[in-house]
Amino acid sequence: MKKVEAIIRHFKLEDVKTALAEQGIQGMTISEVRGFGRQKGHTEMYRGTEYTVDFVPKVKIEVIVRNEDVAKTVSTIMRTAQTGQIGDGKIFVISLDEAVRIRTGETGVDAV
Amino acid sequence: MRFVRQGLITCIAAIVLVSSAGRLVAFQEEETVAKEAAAPPAAIDKGDNAWMLVSSALVLMMTAPGLALFYSGLVRKKNVLGVMMQCLFLMGLMSVIWALYGYSLSFGGSPKDKPEDSAWIGTGEYLFMQNVQPELVGSEVVYPTEGTLPRLTHMLFQGMFFIITPGLICGAFAERMKFSTMVVFSILWGTLVYCPLCHWVWDNGILTFGSPRAVFGGMNTGALDFAGGTVVHISSGASALICCLVMGKRLGYLQDPMPPHNLTYTVIGATMLWVGWFGFNAGSALNAGGLASTAFTATHFAAAAGTLTWPLMEWITHGKPTVLGACSGAVAGLVCITPASGFVQPMPALLMGAVAGVVCYLSVAKMKPKFGYDDSLDAFGVHGVGGTLGAVLTGVFATKQATDYAISGGNSLGILEGGSLLVPQIIAAGITWGYAVVVTFVLLKVLDLSMGLRVSQQEEVQGLDYSQHGEEGYIFL
Repeated sequence: MKKVEAIIRHFKLEDVKTALAEQGIQGMTISEVRGFGRQKGHTEMYRGTEYTVDFVPKVKIEVIVRNEDVAKTVSTIMRTAQTGQIGDGKIFVISLDEAVRIRTGETGVDAV
Repeated sequence: MRFVRQGLITCIAAIVLVSSAGRLVAFQEEETVAKEAAAPPAAIDKGDNAWMLVSSALVLMMTAPGLALFYSGLVRKKNVLGVMMQCLFLMGLMSVIWALYGYSLSFGGSPKDKPEDSAWIGTGEYLFMQNVQPELVGSEVVYPTEGTLPRLTHMLFQGMFFIITPGLICGAFAERMKFSTMVVFSILWGTLVYCPLCHWVWDNGILTFGSPRAVFGGMNTGALDFAGGTVVHISSGASALICCLVMGKRLGYLQDPMPPHNLTYTVIGATMLWVGWFGFNAGSALNAGGLASTAFTATHFAAAAGTLTWPLMEWITHGKPTVLGACSGAVAGLVCITPASGFVQPMPALLMGAVAGVVCYLSVAKMKPKFGYDDSLDAFGVHGVGGTLGAVLTGVFATKQATDYAISGGNSLGILEGGSLLVPQIIAAGITWGYAVVVTFVLLKVLDLSMGLRVSQQEEVQGLDYSQHGEEGYIFL
């Protein structure tokens, strides 16, 4: 059981979600995040005052998958979220100790 | 401090000018008193009254939601309610003062040329709405009138100006002033600055155009101010400058980023101001005749031109026209045309709006950073600078062709048509500047010693929403 965390561009979210669903991945959590990697921030100008925006807005997707689905999930996200430009984001795979479904108390892979 | 010192010198000079004018005026008054015999009050015109009631509502809408949205979008999230509350609370506070005594101090005294009435302040004739409210005489309910309007309507319309003027100043001390001190300041400022100024300019006082009381050193100090270039915009803009100088900068100013937290509010607010300004300016005709159309046209054209020139300046200097620039340009055009709106033709109105967009842009984007004062939302940069520009340009472009004959008397007005209006316009703007600067400075110093002007550093970091009101604008639930 792993957590696949991907930071992607806003406008790729719909493509990624649809492609993952087609691969049989059920459920995901998303959040709006800000950060920076190699893509530099930009400057904004308000009434002549310039502000540097270092943290670029992105969307973070979190999906919990069985070990055997990790490769499929990562490749699906990579394929659909890619534009080839700097700023496409990153994917992280993280080991997961436990998962619990609150309603029933099921644990492990059954809870996902 | 340099500003303060220069301001003080200007003011002292202005006061000396004004007080010597007062003495001269006394002679003139005696000659002109007997001229006008008491005319029977004009009947109420339903068309005029309908337009003026609508205009009154439009002007109220300028304060909130107009100004409230315009300003609150420009502050940081933690202060959004603080700014909205200042606008909303002033709608209540200033209305109560207006009802109790403000209207009387501003407009009390009729007929307008009684020698015993002061050129400096209104009489107690309308205290507590006496002689304003209707009363039953015989079998008829009689409404006191002002022109073709019930005096109630005139009182309401003028009262809406009394609300928005201190509201404009809030832009200068946003994000750091104690709410309690802001309330006391607004009461005192309204009473001591707005009411006298309003009387001077619009109620046969020392700056009223065509008034025998408006004389200084044999020179006419009567200035044309159609809808509040001096009374509203110079007074609030000059006071705003003093506020940000006396109060000091926000914590972290020019070090921490302080971008507007929601420009969509600001766009909605600015466009509501534009619409509300039709009531403000065209309503200042005080009737629904051609003069209102002149003012409406000038207002719209100036706003339109300002909307283009401010972002155009940004486009040229920084490569992109900004939305905030378009909003600011519209307001700058509206401010500038306010004193001139009932006196200029459409083409000069376009020009005035265009010039205002450029000049106010320079004052906000170039002059402010150069001197380093923290006029947080540019109340001085737009209203002080734009209002002064408008007052002066009125002396250039005002024409007898565009205004009522009753106002011009067929005489040339602006220097473009050979009139002599420019000098009195500059004098009136100077007197307004001086008076507003001195009184605001004294008020702030007294309040600083007694109540304190600013919230504590901890409260400022926390934000005014929670520290002053115990609430948050945006809640995660």
